[in-house]
Amino acid sequence: MKLNVNGKDHDVDVEADMPLLWVLRDEIGLTGTKFGCGIAQCGACTVHVDGQSVRSCSHPVGQVNGKVTTIEGIGSPDVMSKVQEAWIEHQTPQCGYCQSGQIMSATALLTFNPDPTDEDIDRAMAGNICRCGAYPRIRAAIHATAKSMKEA
Amino acid sequence: MSRKSHPHESAALHVSGEASYADDLREAAGTLYAAVGMSESAHANIRSMDLAAVKASAGVVAVLTAKDIPGINDCGPIIKDDPILADGLVQYIGQAVFVVVAESYMQARRAATKAVIDYDELPAVLKPLDAKAAESFVAPPMQLVRGSPQEKLANSPNRNSGTLSVGGQEQFYLEGQISYVIPKEDNQFHVYCSTQHPTEMQHAVAHALKLYFNQVLVETRRMGGGFGGKESQSAIFACLAAICANHLNRPVKLRLDRDDDMMITGKRHCFEYDYDIGFDDDGKILAAKIEMVTRAGYSADLSVPVATRAVCHFDNAYYLSDVDIAAFCAKTNTQSNTAFRGFGGPQGAIAIEYLIDNIARILGKDPLDIRKINYYGKTSRNTTPYGQTVEDNVIHELTAEIEASSDYHQRHSEIQAFNKTSPILKKGLALTPLKFGISFNVVHFNQAGALVHVYVDGSILVNHGGTEMGQGLNTKVAQVVSHVLGVDLGIVRATPTDTSKVANTSATAASTGTDLNGKAAENAALKIRKRLCDLFVERFGGEVDDILFADNNVRNGSHEISFNELVEQAYLERIQLWSDGFYKTPELNWNKDTLTGRPFYYYAYGASVSEVLIDTLTGEWKLLRADLLHDAGNSINPAIDMGQVEGAFIQGMGWLTTEELKWTPKGKLATHAPSTYKIPAVNDCPDDLRVKLFDNKSKFDTIMRSKAVGEPPLLLGFSVFFAIRDAIASVADYTQNPELNAPATPEAILSAITGLQQP
Repeated sequence: MKLNVNGKDHDVDVEADMPLLWVLRDEIGLTGTKFGCGIAQCGACTVHVDGQSVRSCSHPVGQVNGKVTTIEGIGSPDVMSKVQEAWIEHQTPQCGYCQSGQIMSATALLTFNPDPTDEDIDRAMAGNICRCGAYPRIRAAIHATAKSMKEA
Repeated sequence: MSRKSHPHESAALHVSGEASYADDLREAAGTLYAAVGMSESAHANIRSMDLAAVKASAGVVAVLTAKDIPGINDCGPIIKDDPILADGLVQYIGQAVFVVVAESYMQARRAATKAVIDYDELPAVLKPLDAKAAESFVAPPMQLVRGSPQEKLANSPNRNSGTLSVGGQEQFYLEGQISYVIPKEDNQFHVYCSTQHPTEMQHAVAHALKLYFNQVLVETRRMGGGFGGKESQSAIFACLAAICANHLNRPVKLRLDRDDDMMITGKRHCFEYDYDIGFDDDGKILAAKIEMVTRAGYSADLSVPVATRAVCHFDNAYYLSDVDIAAFCAKTNTQSNTAFRGFGGPQGAIAIEYLIDNIARILGKDPLDIRKINYYGKTSRNTTPYGQTVEDNVIHELTAEIEASSDYHQRHSEIQAFNKTSPILKKGLALTPLKFGISFNVVHFNQAGALVHVYVDGSILVNHGGTEMGQGLNTKVAQVVSHVLGVDLGIVRATPTDTSKVANTSATAASTGTDLNGKAAENAALKIRKRLCDLFVERFGGEVDDILFADNNVRNGSHEISFNELVEQAYLERIQLWSDGFYKTPELNWNKDTLTGRPFYYYAYGASVSEVLIDTLTGEWKLLRADLLHDAGNSINPAIDMGQVEGAFIQGMGWLTTEELKWTPKGKLATHAPSTYKIPAVNDCPDDLRVKLFDNKSKFDTIMRSKAVGEPPLLLGFSVFFAIRDAIASVADYTQNPELNAPATPEAILSAITGLQQP
C-alpha cells in the first residue's frame, strides 16, 4: 500500500491492521516516533495525519487516509520548527523519550489554536505523559512559541 | 563556567527525534525477537509445562527454559534468590518461566501466550503484614536504637500511637525495559541495554553464560527514563536476550510490552508503619518508636539497602534523642520491589512528617512550629540516630526563606478564614522540609572512573562510568572537563557508557552520578592540564601555578597560546594527551550490623509549600500553588537542576496522591498499564509553581561545591499530601487527626473525611 510520510511517498508491503507506528519505525526506518504503552494512553507515539494528532501505536495503517507527518517532518537539528526551538530554549526534555509525541501534540494544538491558555494546553496535552515531569516547561515552551508566532 | 545553564547535550536530538534509544539502533541482519512467558500463579510448583503450541506457533525459532541456561540461573544483585527463569517453583504472577524467540516481535508475543502450564498451588502470602505475622522475610529484620526510648516514652507528658500505610509506586519509565544482544567472535557478546548499571549487567550476563567479564561488553547511550527501575531489574532482560543470542548464535532483541514490564518488574516499596511517640507540651519530641514493614516481594533484590535508607531517613530534618527504629523486609508472592528515586529515604522521612503533623493537631499548634522546634541544631542536637554529625545544616535559613517567599503565615490565616465560610470546598496548606543523605550506603560503591581524550585537533571526548537517563549527567561532566581545560563546551563530547572503557563501575544511583563521575573526569582532565602546563613552562618560562586555561587559550602574565596550538605541540613532543581519572568519596564508614557510622558524605536540603483545594463530597482535589526551594549547593547547571527539582516534586506528588497499585485476591497486579495506573499529567501541575535553588555552596569538597539533586527533591512532594490532610482536618476544625493513608486518592480522602467525628 502507498503511504505519504513527511512529503515522501512510500510503498509498504504490510498487513492493513499493522499499527502505523510499526510501519513508520520498522518498515520506513523513522525511529523518532516512540513506543510507550501500545494502548494510546501515553502519547509517545503521536504523529499527524493531515495535521491532526493520531496515536500511531493503535492506529491501523490501513485506516490512514491522508498525509502522515512524524517528528522528523517537523524539523531537524539543523532546521528546527519554532516549537522545537522553544523546547530547547526552555530546556524542556530530560530523558527525551516522550518529547517527540509532546512536540507533535503541541504543534497540532498551535496550528488550531495559535494562542492557547493554560487550560487549552491542559486539555490538548493531558494525553501526553512525561515521567520526568517536564510539564511546567512544556507549558512555558508552548506559550513562548505562541508569542513568537504572533511576532513573526 | 559553574552555574551555567547550558542545554542538555542531547537537547537538539531529543526534540527532533534523532536521539537514539536502544530500540532505535539499526538492527544487525538476522535479528530475532524474544518474548517472556510468565507465571499465572502467585506461588506454585510447576507440575508440568507443555510448550508444544508455543514451539508450533508461527515464526517461532526457539523456546528456552531454565535448563537451557549454560551458567548460573540467577540475576539477583546482592543475594542469589532471583532466578532468571523459574525452575520448578514460581513465586509471583508475572515471573518469567520461559522465553520464546521468533522472527518478529508480534510472533514472539503471540507464541508466549500459548503455553499450557499445570500448577501445583502453594499458599501465597500477598500482604506485607501477613508476611510479618508469618515471619516470612527476605533478610533478617534490622533495628536501630539510641538512648532509652522505652523509658522516655513512658515518662512523656503526651503520647500518640497508631498506624500508617504508604503505597508503592511504579517507575513508569516511558522507554520500557530493553536489551539487544549481538554475538561476536570468540564467544563474546555486545549487549545494548537500557540500564543504570552496565557493569552489573555485564556480570549477570557473564554468570548466566559462564563467561569471563571480559567477554561481555555492555553499552548504554541513554535511557528513556530509569528512576531506579533499571538499576538491578534490567538484568533479567539482558540475561534472557543473551541466553537466546548465545543459544542461536544470532542477534536477539528483547523489548518489553508495557503490561509485561509492569507485571514482571518490581516497584517502589510500599510501607506499613506502627508508631508510638512521646512529646512535651511545646511539641518537642522526647522519644519515638517505629516499626516499618515493607513489601520486598518474592526476592531480596535491593530491599535490604532500601530498608536501611528508610531507617537512616526516619529522622528527616529532626533531632531524635531517644529513638527505636525497626525495619522488616517482608517476603510476599508479588514482584520483587526495587530501587525507585529516593530508595527508601522518602518512605522513612514521610513517617516522621506524619507524626509531626499529628503532634501539631493534638496540641492545637501550627505544624510548622512543631517542625521548627524539632529541627537539628547546628552545634548541638546535631547527631543522627545512626551516629553521623550533621555538619552542613541549612534547614533553618532555608525554611525562613520559603516561609517568607511563600507568604506562609498570611495564606495560613486566609485559608482558615476561607474554610469557615466554605462548607463543601476546603483549602489546605503545608510546609514540609527535607534533609537527604548523599552517598551509597555501601562504602565501596562510592568510586568512579573516567577517561578523557584530547585529540590533536583540540576536540575532546569524555567517557565515564555513569549513565545518562535524562538527569543531564553527561552535560554536567562535559561542563567539568570544559572548565578544567578552559575550552568551549561544544568541543567536549560525552560518549556512551561502555564497560570496555571504564571497568568495575557503580550504578548511576543514589543521586551520586555527578558527584562521583564529575570528580573522576575532573581528575583525568587535571592530569592532562598538568602535562600541558609543564610544556607551557618549558616553552615560555614562568610558574605552573600562574597558568590560566580559559576562553580556548592557555596563558600566564606574559604569554598566550591557543589551546589547540599547545595540544599540537604536545603531540609532537610525544606527551600523552589522554588520561584516566579516578575518585572515591572520602570519610565514609558504615557498620551494617550496628547500623552506625558515617554513611553519607553530606546532606542536601529543601522545603516546599503546597496549597490545595478539596471537594469534601467527592474527594477530588486540586493543587493551587506550590513553592519549592531546594539546595543543590553551587549548582553546575541550574536549569538542569531546577528541572530535576520540578520533576521530582511532581513524581513525589504522584506517589502520594494518584498512583495506586492494586493486586487481585489471587495476587495478580491489576494496575499494569497507564489505563489503570495514573501518573501525573500536565493538568495535575499547579498553575502557580514557583521554583528556586537555595543559595548555597557545599561545605565539603564536592565537584565544584555542587550537591546531588536526583532524589532529594522527590520529598518536596510531601507538602501536597500534608496540605490535603490539612484541608481534611478543617472539616473537624483541626481538632482531630485525619486517618489519611497514601496515596491520597479521592477514595482515601473521602474515607478520611468520613472517619472524622463531626463537631
